[in-house]
Amino acid sequence: MNVVVCVKQIPDPAAPGELDPNTNNLRRDGKLIMDDSDSYGVEMGLQLAESAGGGEVTLVSMAPNNETSGLRTALAMGAAKATLISDDALSGSDALSTAKVLAAAIKRSQPDLIIAATESSDGYTGTTPVQVAELLNLPAVTFAKKITVEGSSIKVERQTEAGYDEVTCPLPALVTVTAGVVEPRYPNFKGIMAAKSKPVDDLKVSDLGLTAEEVGSTGARQVVFEVVAAEARQAGEKIVDEGEAHKEVVSFLEKLKLI
Amino acid sequence: MSISKVWVLAESADSKPTSITLELLTFARSLNTEIHAIGWGENVESLSTELGNYGATTLNVVPNVGDSLPGVPVASAIAQAVNSGNGPDLLLIGATYDGRDIAGRLSAKLNVPVLTNVTGLELQDESLVASHSIFGGTQVAKSKFTGNSQPQIFVIRAKTFSAEPSSGSPTNVNSLDPGAMDSTNAAKIVSRHVEERSGPKLDEADIVVSGGRGLSDKSNYSMIEELAKLLKGAPGASRAIVDAGWVPYAYQVGQTGKTVKPTVYIACGISGATQHLVGMKNAKNIIAINKDPEAPIFSVADLGIVGDTQKILPKLIEELKSRL
Repeated sequence: MNVVVCVKQIPDPAAPGELDPNTNNLRRDGKLIMDDSDSYGVEMGLQLAESAGGGEVTLVSMAPNNETSGLRTALAMGAAKATLISDDALSGSDALSTAKVLAAAIKRSQPDLIIAATESSDGYTGTTPVQVAELLNLPAVTFAKKITVEGSSIKVERQTEAGYDEVTCPLPALVTVTAGVVEPRYPNFKGIMAAKSKPVDDLKVSDLGLTAEEVGSTGARQVVFEVVAAEARQAGEKIVDEGEAHKEVVSFLEKLKLI
Repeated sequence: MSISKVWVLAESADSKPTSITLELLTFARSLNTEIHAIGWGENVESLSTELGNYGATTLNVVPNVGDSLPGVPVASAIAQAVNSGNGPDLLLIGATYDGRDIAGRLSAKLNVPVLTNVTGLELQDESLVASHSIFGGTQVAKSKFTGNSQPQIFVIRAKTFSAEPSSGSPTNVNSLDPGAMDSTNAAKIVSRHVEERSGPKLDEADIVVSGGRGLSDKSNYSMIEELAKLLKGAPGASRAIVDAGWVPYAYQVGQTGKTVKPTVYIACGISGATQHLVGMKNAKNIIAINKDPEAPIFSVADLGIVGDTQKILPKLIEELKSRL
């Protein structure tokens, strides 16, 4: 079974984010790393390919400046190869344009299954995977907490408000996975060394049959026109527990008449 | 661009419209336009009284969704209505599991953009301006659509508006043409599992008690559940312990996860990563217990306690029990 995993390479979430003052786009020109949310998809893809007894995991990523450091992390985990779409024309792309780019790139490898995170940890748009599925004319199951392959279909436990639904879906299909569904493996030394020589296919917008007008800031039909400081919340009292601090909590709740 | 017809996605649970549905209808009324709801599922017609009471005049029903995940059939029916000239200019969708599926499908079907993760929406010079909470809620990005593509689709987070009834009469019910369904509609629900959670829902509870990494061990989460139960509140969690597999995703409060606005939010062993703050910083009161005096959670806490959750929580639980 061949699996494509969408991987986003994002600025380190531990570092404070920054917007470009001219475009209000998130600045992505520094070092990028693999979005933690995607490590679950990579792990899931590897496990499913392994249990199906064959096939491989291909990564697909769209990133500026030919960034591959996040892809190398996933390759070190065990993915076989990667497709990177990096093109100045893509700067400022909205979610739908991004989906068009990813869909065109994924189509080239004709996978049985496409896995993505439910949303990225930098943009949080959360619509791109389903847009990709629609553009590829595929069914999708989102918010998966468990996936098992049964012949030519998959069985998925899909998170719901009340619990979960058991969903079946024929392959090929797209699935989004929530964090915490599997334990992502740490790349070992051998994996890290092997990752350096694994193939990364470098593509431009024109290679995908798309025009520069359809993507990037020219193709985007939405704009962030202003960024303002949010109303700040004031910190209140801070005490150090010396054995009786639970009483402070009790009296706080009492004052609000909650107990 | 003037807006003359708004559709609001009507989701339901236990034969009642969900709170986010009523919040979106309440906002829709402020635009002074025709408001339709769009729903699906068994007995969806029974929502017409409540939807009417919040301002909808018509309930458009997507027929025969059956065991399908709603994303494809609902998006297909809306696309069909838009393409035949009977669709809305504006579509308001809650940021829910199914809402996001429907928005994504529809956006790609109609080749129109969608603005998601919206935490505020207002009309400015005839344009709808959406607010998005970014960088852990320290800043607000304001966005709008630039083209003339229709409908404008906004995916809005829970608690962005408060729900107020308008005492309108029950809606008319109109059946939509679902259009031709293709292989994209192949995902089917085989069975539904309800996970028993006693007490109020996380996003409707008056008190939310959440736990994070600072609890040190998965087994200590039981203190969070016990405390929540004693306070008749709901237990929640930070992303870190959801990622670690301690509790299911449904417990997660934060950017990825639920937005909560309880009267009191009690954060136990949660450092207050930006991703978490977005989901809870609009609580009316915040209590934080954390070992690290520099933890960012203290910058939003009304009562901050620097200390060990494993020492404080058992005493707090004892004290509350003694008052029963």
